[in-house]
Amino acid sequence: MKNTTPKPGLRWSTFSAPSRFYALAGRVVPWLWAVSVVLGLAGLYVGLLVAPTDATQHDSYRVIFIHVPAAILSMLLYLALAFWAAWGWIFNARMASMYARALAPTGAMFTFVALWTGALWGKPTWGTWWVWDARITSEFILLLLYVGYIALTEAIDDVRRSAHAGALLALVGVVNIPIIYFSVRWWNTLHQGSTIKMTGTSMHQTMQLAMWLMMFSFWAYSFAIAFTRSRAIVLEQESDTEWVKALGAAPSEGKA
Amino acid sequence: MIWTSFDDFLNMGGYGLYVWGSYGATLVVMLAEVMMTRRRLQTARQSAARENAA
Repeated sequence: MKNTTPKPGLRWSTFSAPSRFYALAGRVVPWLWAVSVVLGLAGLYVGLLVAPTDATQHDSYRVIFIHVPAAILSMLLYLALAFWAAWGWIFNARMASMYARALAPTGAMFTFVALWTGALWGKPTWGTWWVWDARITSEFILLLLYVGYIALTEAIDDVRRSAHAGALLALVGVVNIPIIYFSVRWWNTLHQGSTIKMTGTSMHQTMQLAMWLMMFSFWAYSFAIAFTRSRAIVLEQESDTEWVKALGAAPSEGKA
Repeated sequence: MIWTSFDDFLNMGGYGLYVWGSYGATLVVMLAEVMMTRRRLQTARQSAARENAA
């Protein structure tokens, strides 16, 4: 059965109405998955089969193709979470608060990946799995912020109060992001400085290519998973509205 | 292609544990997140359908 409602135009408000978001995201998500898988496979191919062995770190350096994109996404997703949480709070916009909640588990996942791959890279490079230096400690605090945000928003049943409390926590935690980013400059740390610089990077071209491919793959993944989770949250929070009840009547959209 | 054999590829110049431990764990947590999220959406859909039937 075809959708009989008129096609919504692409205005900024398109994504602010839960019913419109639900339908539109449903169409976009398969393409995002496709982009993520294609770029990811290309990144793995270049990173594991084409890029040469590093002169100083040998093949242990290949962890970088996951470690750096995951670490960058862990910070970007937190900024996006805080932005939508603040937007939802200030403008009392339900959809914005739902985006914020949808981003949290993915941000936590990438933070965990950054820490895990960092430990596995640190062992052969520094001789230790873990050290409480500024970079690693602040990234660990980021994981606690994500977990705290999830626990807090899940603990409060009232949707509005939950969004407000979550936004407050998210905004206080934003201070941690520049601390993570600049930690390697502000303090003497075991962790090395930025690998990607705008001018004159030290990396071989195929190594850079692999890293960017993985970065955009993770980026597309983040959009795909956050949109999918947003759709679930929309249905959960809007379950008593007419459009969700009408959705339940239409069997055509059974598969995702 | 920079490897001479499949064993050479798996060995990763002696760093196999660290490289595959990183890539493997990442793949596992990403796939787990995808499965959990899809299940969550499925459950939300089913309860919407139930609400409609009631």
